[in-house]
Amino acid sequence: MNDKKHLSVSAIQNGTVIDHIPAQNLFKVISILGLDKIPNQITFGTNLESKRLGKKAIIKIADKYFERDEINRIAIVAPLAKLNIIRDYEVVEKMLVEVPDEIKGIVKCVNPKCITNVENVTPKFRVVDKKSVSLKCHYCEKITDQEHMNYL
Amino acid sequence: MRNRSLVSINDLTKDEIFRVLDLAEEFERNPIQRIMEGKVVATLFFEPSTRTRLSFESAVNKLCGRVIGFSEASTSSVSKGESLKDTILTVANYSDLIVMRHPVEGSARYASEVSPVPIVNAGDGANQHPTQTLLDLYSIRKTQGKLDNLKIVMVGDLKYGRTVHSLLMAMSQFGASFTFISPVELRIPQEYKIYLNELNLSYEEHTDLAENIKNADIVYMTRVQRERFSDPMEYEKVKNAYILRNNMLEGTKPNMRVLHPLPRVNEINTEVDNSPKAYYFTQALNGVYTRMAIMTLILGLK
Ligand SMILES: [Zn+2]
Repeated sequence: MNDKKHLSVSAIQNGTVIDHIPAQNLFKVISILGLDKIPNQITFGTNLESKRLGKKAIIKIADKYFERDEINRIAIVAPLAKLNIIRDYEVVEKMLVEVPDEIKGIVKCVNPKCITNVENVTPKFRVVDKKSVSLKCHYCEKITDQEHMNYL
Repeated sequence: MRNRSLVSINDLTKDEIFRVLDLAEEFERNPIQRIMEGKVVATLFFEPSTRTRLSFESAVNKLCGRVIGFSEASTSSVSKGESLKDTILTVANYSDLIVMRHPVEGSARYASEVSPVPIVNAGDGANQHPTQTLLDLYSIRKTQGKLDNLKIVMVGDLKYGRTVHSLLMAMSQFGASFTFISPVELRIPQEYKIYLNELNLSYEEHTDLAENIKNADIVYMTRVQRERFSDPMEYEKVKNAYILRNNMLEGTKPNMRVLHPLPRVNEINTEVDNSPKAYYFTQALNGVYTRMAIMTLILGLK
């Protein structure tokens, strides 16, 4: 194992490291998880070299552990993200995100005539294709696919 | 269905669809009953649709219920900027059931989530209009004696036509086979063809009307509107190609019936009106019986 990598993962004593975030979606992940609103120590790096993603980002959050449901919320913006759960400088568990069956908030419906884009209504979707992450609007029943995805 | 909203045709199981159709038949035999006495139905038409509104109001009146409401947004508090939620919560105080038509897609689903009384969707933009689909199913069953394994020909604007999309989804539950006849620019969207492929149902696509209705049990006509074409020249080229005329009915099956959601412009020549195969005005009458059945079941009166 390369020393530098070891160091970056171990830099926090307790907490969570989220790795393999596409660099362009770093701030979406921060906002979806509400990391901009918590008092914990957070460090992040972005535009790091990655064979899989081109440029990746990594976030380290001290003294914070996520629930499964919570972490799955980032699946749309970081489907390949990997979580390292750190206790006493050691990686004690690794988690992959899973695309959930239903998504509330986060994504905007692609249909400009949809009630969620006209009135103050939180968008809600059923995930109809987990591989390509294609979403069916609970309200207008139109499909929003990865290519047309905009975030709240 | 008691106390449940009807927003999308997909909200109903096959059994519930049959329950609606059977009860509509009962109302057709005996259309004047006092069973909605003491009930108030609100008809909120945020965009005008006279035909649909009158059909609902006729249904309520024949069953001795009362109707309140508005027929366009400009005459209501909506024009003062009231949110849909506020309108629904207010009107729910005055009524036992709300029938709404709204130009915004998904508005009826949202209303059903905030409303303490059931909502019947009478059209939400290009999305859903389930009572139209149910009256179409009623008309098909009535004229064919069954819903299973029929040959349905859909004609006209198959790209934007909400009515044909919902009918396609509903009839595919009954093993129908389809023929789609439309100008190239208004072809049925790919997603519906994928859906039919998944169900292993056969379909054909054509641009010529006269040649392709001979085996039909139902010919479902829709309007081809000028504003749907990106190139006005294209409209001029095809505008007369999708008009049904009496001579085209020669050689069609004796049980074949012509349906149309109305209003018609010129896509069915008026000479067809006298043909025994013309069914569109009776279809509109069936809408009253179907809506009686839907409201009665939701209000738990039957
Ligand atoms: Zn939508």
